[in-house]
Amino acid sequence: MYEITEKKELAHTVYLFKIKAPLIAKKRKAGQFVVLRLNEHGERIPLTIVDSDNGSGTITIIVQEVGKTTAMLGDMGVGDTILDVVGPLGKPTHIENFGTAVCVGGGIGTAPVLPIARALKEAGNHVISIIGARNKGLLILEKEMRETSDRLYVTTDDGSYGHHGFVTQVLQNLIDEGLKIGFVVGIGPIPMMRAVSNTTKPYNLLTMVSLNPIMVDGTGMCGACRVTIGGKNQFVCVDGPEFNGHEVNYEELILRNRSYMKEEKTAMEELTYHEGPRCYEK
Amino acid sequence: MDPKETKERMKIPKQVMPEQDPHERVRNFFEVPYGYTAEQAMEEAKRCIQCKKPLCVGGCPVNIDIPWFIRLIAEGKFVEAAHKIKETNGLPAVCGRVCPQEDQCEKVCIVGKKGDAVSIGRLERFAADYEREHGEVQIPELPRWSGKKVAVVGAGPAGLTVAGDLLKKGHKVTVFEALHTAGGVLMYGIPEFRLPKKIVQSEVEYLKRMGVEIVLNAVVGKLETIDELLSGGYSAVFVGSGAGLPNFMNIPGENLAGVYSANEYLTRVNLMKAYQFPEADTPVIRGRKVVVFGGGNTAMDAARTALRLCPEEVSIVYRRSREELPARVEEVHHGEQEGLKFQLLTNPKRFIGDNDGRLKAVECVRMELGEPDESGRRRPVEMKGSEFCIDADVAIVAIGNGANPLIPQTTPDIKVNKWGNITVNPDTGRTSKKGVFSGGDIVRGGATVILAMGDGKKAADSIDEYLKTGLW
Repeated sequence: MYEITEKKELAHTVYLFKIKAPLIAKKRKAGQFVVLRLNEHGERIPLTIVDSDNGSGTITIIVQEVGKTTAMLGDMGVGDTILDVVGPLGKPTHIENFGTAVCVGGGIGTAPVLPIARALKEAGNHVISIIGARNKGLLILEKEMRETSDRLYVTTDDGSYGHHGFVTQVLQNLIDEGLKIGFVVGIGPIPMMRAVSNTTKPYNLLTMVSLNPIMVDGTGMCGACRVTIGGKNQFVCVDGPEFNGHEVNYEELILRNRSYMKEEKTAMEELTYHEGPRCYEK
Repeated sequence: MDPKETKERMKIPKQVMPEQDPHERVRNFFEVPYGYTAEQAMEEAKRCIQCKKPLCVGGCPVNIDIPWFIRLIAEGKFVEAAHKIKETNGLPAVCGRVCPQEDQCEKVCIVGKKGDAVSIGRLERFAADYEREHGEVQIPELPRWSGKKVAVVGAGPAGLTVAGDLLKKGHKVTVFEALHTAGGVLMYGIPEFRLPKKIVQSEVEYLKRMGVEIVLNAVVGKLETIDELLSGGYSAVFVGSGAGLPNFMNIPGENLAGVYSANEYLTRVNLMKAYQFPEADTPVIRGRKVVVFGGGNTAMDAARTALRLCPEEVSIVYRRSREELPARVEEVHHGEQEGLKFQLLTNPKRFIGDNDGRLKAVECVRMELGEPDESGRRRPVEMKGSEFCIDADVAIVAIGNGANPLIPQTTPDIKVNKWGNITVNPDTGRTSKKGVFSGGDIVRGGATVILAMGDGKKAADSIDEYLKTGLW
């Protein structure tokens, strides 16, 4: 049993949790994730470890309510316990001093970008970050990203805050300005990661993305998370989660992530039938 | 035994084990065979002629004293029989169900030379079930603690066997399990209808009551490395991390939605209980037409699981002929009773999807058997121009597993072979790294529960010796 020691609402239906897991807290590195299962009937879902604190023995995760499990997690609070948390899984981000590193976070993807930005900063990089969301209300971790970055750009799709437009437009501007970029990391919805990769590809900028396929065990045993990378099958849980963005078959990943759309809807209907309707329009 | 009695005993017919009607059972996940009644078990036990030099014991990878426990059953001493088995086998209710006895103890049974072998597996199952159901499970008395602790990686058949045996030798044992439940392949792989999960859990419970500590959600290599275990108070480590990465066929379309590895499909249904979706949160695509690739026991398990999820048709596609099917005859037979179809001498060429990236058909080609290959089996060769399509919305790839890289990646001084499997001395289970032993599928690449347990037994003996002498 893993206790929730802190909960914060970062945006509408987006929550930060601190969970007591001292061994994982001690071991985890930027880029790694945990798999958790809420209860005896629960499914296993992967979530990036955003931060950890050795003193309190906690790890930080950030969750957006998108389906039954995340909605149930969103309903949990301080003192509640999660049945299973396993990790740290996946390979850590490869960190070195690239000179200038650009960290791009889209929506909830800013959560996994934060620990990487921190690690890059610690390694001596000049860190420029670009974070975006559909609107101001959905923007997360602006303060933390600002503290970690030498320069921060904020974008919103609707122009309600910061630059009106997409993160890739800012990235393109930086490239056009002639900024010498040694490393780009882009994490967010798959179309956004694809767009970031497409932006950097003509300039051959080393670009890493962190993939979020469906997983079951998270240790290589089942192969649910396989994705074609550079024409070869890779398991995101043991070979990733980070890959060269220019080599990822995004179309395949998008389709694979839709494998259970019907079932996900059924599960959500089941939940709202028992607990009343939820408001996700914003 | 005098010759007259032997003759009498040989006349007793093999007792048939009652089982669920095929039409009924294909709609549920309850166990297929019901097991012997006490009368049947005693009758069957009387068929054993109590050989002076019993070959069956040698045929058993863990050398159970088979004639002895069978004699106890014949005398109606069922609980004693179970205790006798447990002296050498910590998981009799499991082995009685899933061991390929026809290739082991029963294969060499003298009674079987002239007729049907004694049903050793069924008797083992009976004794273990009787003991458990009658609340007669006894915790053996343990010797004084040796002062040594051993870490075991993986709570599957190999790891659990090592743990139980080392405990009986006076050492403390901690088992680290990556999943949220102990049992390994017994929980995630073998289906409920072949091995009820509550039986696995009661065997695990038995080990825990004996004193084995099991830490769940602990991925050794990630959470703690083997070196950290060795420097953190454990005198030896046994690696039984099991079958690793599932193999795929590397043909076009293999990543379409609806194409599963057998590991994933079985894990979803067995461990995560997807057959109870939406009460259980994990879904599985049930499909209308299911195709399973491969001819081993895992393929049969996946296919028979699919049948129970109610598709219209489930077929096994296997590239060789029926004779070469590696699965147990009993499994093939059960599958056929349940309506399983076979496309033999057939091989897939590519998976075909619809516009949403979901599987809709598999293009296959017919094969014929050519010259024998290095395995001695005739090599299947494609028949040019024989391509055809099978409609399918679910495909399950059951062609074995590669080695999991997590332990070797984080413990580079453990030697692995070219497939990534850990190299050990087969007599002792010793790896190339001092204090580290290994066995089961991470060494063998893909074998049976009982062979993993046999490895565990051997390793426990040599770990005990190492702990006493310190010699490597």
